[in-house]
Amino acid sequence: MLDFGDIQHFLLARTPALAARYEFLTFRQPAAGRAWLAGLVDKVGTGKSVGDNSPDSRWVTLAFTWNGLRALGLDEVSLATFPEEFRQGMAARAGIVGATGANHPDHWVGELGNPALHAIAVLFARDVTERERCKKEHDRYLSEIGGVDILSGLDLEAIHPGEPREHFGYRDRLTHPVIEGTGEVPPPGSLPPIKAGEFFLGYMDESGSRPAMPQPEILSRNGSYLAYVRLQEHVGAFRDFLRQQGQTREEQELVAAKLMGRWRSGAPLVLAPQKDDPALGVDMQRTNNFDYGKMDPYGYGCPVGSHIRRMNPRDTAENIQRRQMIRRGGTYGPRLPEDVPEDNAERGIAAFIGCASLVRQFEFAMNVWANDPRFKDLGNERDPIIGTQDGTLDMTIPTRPVRKKIKDLPAFTTVRGGAYFFLPGIKALRFLAAGALAVLQKPRKVS
Amino acid sequence: MATHVIPKEPLKPQVVETPQESDWTKPQAMAIPKEGYFKAEQGRYGPLFPRTPACHGFTIIAKIKPGTEEEIRQYGKKLENALAGDPHVLAPLQLHYLRWVLFDIGQNKYFMYQGIFDTDFDKYTEDAVALFAQTGINTIFEKLEGFPSDWKTNVPAFVKFLRDHQCPSFLEYGEYPYVTAGEIKKALKLKRAFSDMLDQMQ
Repeated sequence: MLDFGDIQHFLLARTPALAARYEFLTFRQPAAGRAWLAGLVDKVGTGKSVGDNSPDSRWVTLAFTWNGLRALGLDEVSLATFPEEFRQGMAARAGIVGATGANHPDHWVGELGNPALHAIAVLFARDVTERERCKKEHDRYLSEIGGVDILSGLDLEAIHPGEPREHFGYRDRLTHPVIEGTGEVPPPGSLPPIKAGEFFLGYMDESGSRPAMPQPEILSRNGSYLAYVRLQEHVGAFRDFLRQQGQTREEQELVAAKLMGRWRSGAPLVLAPQKDDPALGVDMQRTNNFDYGKMDPYGYGCPVGSHIRRMNPRDTAENIQRRQMIRRGGTYGPRLPEDVPEDNAERGIAAFIGCASLVRQFEFAMNVWANDPRFKDLGNERDPIIGTQDGTLDMTIPTRPVRKKIKDLPAFTTVRGGAYFFLPGIKALRFLAAGALAVLQKPRKVS
Repeated sequence: MATHVIPKEPLKPQVVETPQESDWTKPQAMAIPKEGYFKAEQGRYGPLFPRTPACHGFTIIAKIKPGTEEEIRQYGKKLENALAGDPHVLAPLQLHYLRWVLFDIGQNKYFMYQGIFDTDFDKYTEDAVALFAQTGINTIFEKLEGFPSDWKTNVPAFVKFLRDHQCPSFLEYGEYPYVTAGEIKKALKLKRAFSDMLDQMQ
């Protein structure tokens, strides 16, 4: 049974937020960090308090880097029980997740690769006005308590209010894993509900067992890991590419669809291979009702190397139920209107990937699905949307009688920063705010 | 499956340049440094080992627990039967060949697991662990000294055991270098299709 009253709402409930603010924080002293946390714990929503009909106008989430847990005073024995990838952090493992070349941490912004990054406060708000009000309130709170500094911040806003789309124009949020125990029914074509232990520590996972947890358990139970990625989208370069590849609007839309695996409306190519079908795209009972192995084995509809077929190979991957992740986040930066040339403003997606194992879920997805050039025997390709592109790779579009191959694909995105966070449950937040005192009150045996 | 319309001009068909490594007509050998790799490149679970003219692979050598030899040998028959029942049960490992050997060093018995496959082991480690559990290959590994008892839920410990017992080759050779099992099977399928076609034309 999921402990809805203890798990932070972040991965359990999607809120009706149209604006957000991420604040990346550093603690000058442990006491300052603990004081900051103590004053905020009650504002953090849980799986119980936040639902589809949440009356709130803002939702708070708090998470910590491994350095942040140390900065709050967690003892070294406990710190050592966290998995290696979390202890190292994303910047140290940049090569594994494909953050090389222009994506390398040397070029990151917002101090995200700085070991002084200790915590993130995520604020989702119903609108920009509420976001701005909360920002001011947090600023005031920080100046009152002292000792906690903002390393950087990021404002996010929905660029197409009413429908989730990212800057390239693709409809987003069409596929997500259903967590066992939430009561949600997976739409047709989706995986059966996934065991909660794939996302939250302390529960049975898809291996049929409960993996060991970082210690003490009060800290790790009901927690999750978050991989944060700030991904700049080069909208001008993307549109130029489409214009080069297609003379008519229809041709350009088809190329855009082949890169993604869905039309920009969301309609999947497996079900709508020749022509867009916007009604299909938004129909949650139909838009995921397909497989690849039987319906499109050679990728004549949806190319094997397209974004959605790489990042969710469905029936054509082993162990797919152990590679599921929950995505949260949104778009930042101004929308570039259709007929306006590139203005060099930074815009993109700033997202969190939630899971129980960064190495098995997030890093696998980035290392293998997104960036393995030999994925499914393709040979010289990476994910055309989020893979590490340097202008030397291809994109194969299976077509009868002979495949088409786009050579020298440009990079449409650049990683501008990233970090690994631990998202504790509410009891764990209180434990940290109290100076991790449970360890002192109840000594653990250390062998 | 229906086809679709592809833009006429700009999606130009490409002449695929043949990288040197895919020239299967020239047999190649590769001498490998002691560490097992040329440059330290970090994978999810440790240094990545290179793809050689003999594809990816590993050679795991470990001492078996005393008195378990017969059980290990019998497992060979079990796996043979499992493959007869489901010939594709090991498909996820993208194997060419497996060789399992028991041999003596002094008074001790050792097990060697040598595999040649097309995937980088670091990339699909968790799939291999799941498959080992599904097919019972773990019953052999559990007879090896030092194998972690919690391997099913502790992939890093499982991988550490394999890496600790991996003996990198210092030379690998390919008569038809870098060719994958998938490519070989495709070529044989084509050969059969042509052969059938020619038969039909008689």
